Amino acid sequence: MSLRLSQNTIILNTSPSIASYASIVGKKEGEGPLGKHFDFVNDDNTFGESTWEKSESRLQKDTVSKAISKANLVPADIDFIFAGDLLNQCVGTTFGLRELEIPFIGLYGACSTMAESIAMAGIFIDNDVAINAAAVTSSHFCSAEKQFRFPLEYGGQRTPTSQWTATASGAVVINKKNAPPFIRAVTIGKIMDLGVVDVNNMGAAMAPAAHYTIGKHLADTGKSPDDFDLILTGDLGLVGSDLLIDLLNRDGTDISENHNDCGLMLYDLDEQDVHAGGSGCGCSASVLCGYILDQIRDGILSDVLFVATGALMSPTTVEQGESIPGIAHAIHISGKSE
Amino acid sequence: MAVDKIEYDKMMKKASPNSKAYINIPLAFIIGGLICVLGQFLMTSYEKLGISTYFSGTVASITLIFLSALLTGLNLYDNIAKHGGAGTLVPITGFANAVVAPALEFKAEGLILGLGAKLFTIAGPVIVYGVTASVIYGIIIYIFKLV
Repeated sequence: MSLRLSQNTIILNTSPSIASYASIVGKKEGEGPLGKHFDFVNDDNTFGESTWEKSESRLQKDTVSKAISKANLVPADIDFIFAGDLLNQCVGTTFGLRELEIPFIGLYGACSTMAESIAMAGIFIDNDVAINAAAVTSSHFCSAEKQFRFPLEYGGQRTPTSQWTATASGAVVINKKNAPPFIRAVTIGKIMDLGVVDVNNMGAAMAPAAHYTIGKHLADTGKSPDDFDLILTGDLGLVGSDLLIDLLNRDGTDISENHNDCGLMLYDLDEQDVHAGGSGCGCSASVLCGYILDQIRDGILSDVLFVATGALMSPTTVEQGESIPGIAHAIHISGKSE
Repeated sequence: MAVDKIEYDKMMKKASPNSKAYINIPLAFIIGGLICVLGQFLMTSYEKLGISTYFSGTVASITLIFLSALLTGLNLYDNIAKHGGAGTLVPITGFANAVVAPALEFKAEGLILGLGAKLFTIAGPVIVYGVTASVIYGIIIYIFKLV
């Protein structure tokens, strides 16, 4: 049963296992440094569908189906699925998952959804209210551009601080298989807003949320950054990562040695024209499920603090001049169950 | 130590790189200039073909609009604009691109509520304020002529 350590942090005493995981990405992500680690790279960004929204749904459905089959299960074995995406009303998720007929809990945490969904699924498994639970999220560059920015073919210039929404999805199946990777603890962040209004600087908008959540996790658990092989933020990119390290330094916490960011890992920043790095729900989801979880399973990494970050704005609030609130949730994933 | 919004704004500005104006401005000049050279070439060519000077400008504009729409449809215009910036935005080609791009994007939502309604999402403000500015300009001319 889970132990409530503080207002934010919950220890999962039975250390639920990530029994299987899968990742599918688009062409650009497949050409990146982690390309060979994903389950499948689809060179056709339409995923064989007629609209970008359907493409994203297909991407998410294929990814979760892959994760379920890798666990030697069928959709009927999954008791709950926790999922979300970036599109209005989370239609990427709902239309993708409707055929699977799994009891569904929809989440919106913007790009923090992978950590949010793993946290929820982990807590359900830890407390024996489910035998198998799945968590999945996705993002698609084209559907995100259409909703949040400009039409794809519009000729505009991006600022150096802007980030590239990943066409990617990651999914996990969590149960009590008793094999690594294990979920040891979760820290639920609070909404943080330090007044960033630049929609082309999401990393800066989200860094205070990551700062809060990492600080809380370390304080609540009595751990130091050195207790982790890797503190992995979701999609802070170049600017947000610098700001996070600076913010934590002011508290006397130095994570510069063991911090990395999924948005900096997914693409080759020098070659792939993504400016400040990757972003989107699928960015942290695919890096976690394609690369990091393998490393934990194989014992290369022992303890990872996965901190997915989200920017909780909409195009409407941005047009109205509102600042961009951020959120971050942390998951301690370990190769050891205790 | 808690950081307030003013302090964070300072930190953010320090951490955020600015656009590379020393690259963007010359590129805008060169690419925008090349579009204008092409326009002049078309005008002169049309005049040589016997079209009057008055109409050759209009036909040249129509040709540039067509080329921009074609390049937008072939997924090429945005790749040029990525380097051209204001150089591809300001000429009439930029306006054509701003109309064709949403037409392509929103046709999935149908011809009425998709393409029809969203055709001018980017170009609309240009038309509104362009017309408004020309009305104001007309009034100024009118008043000065009276004086």
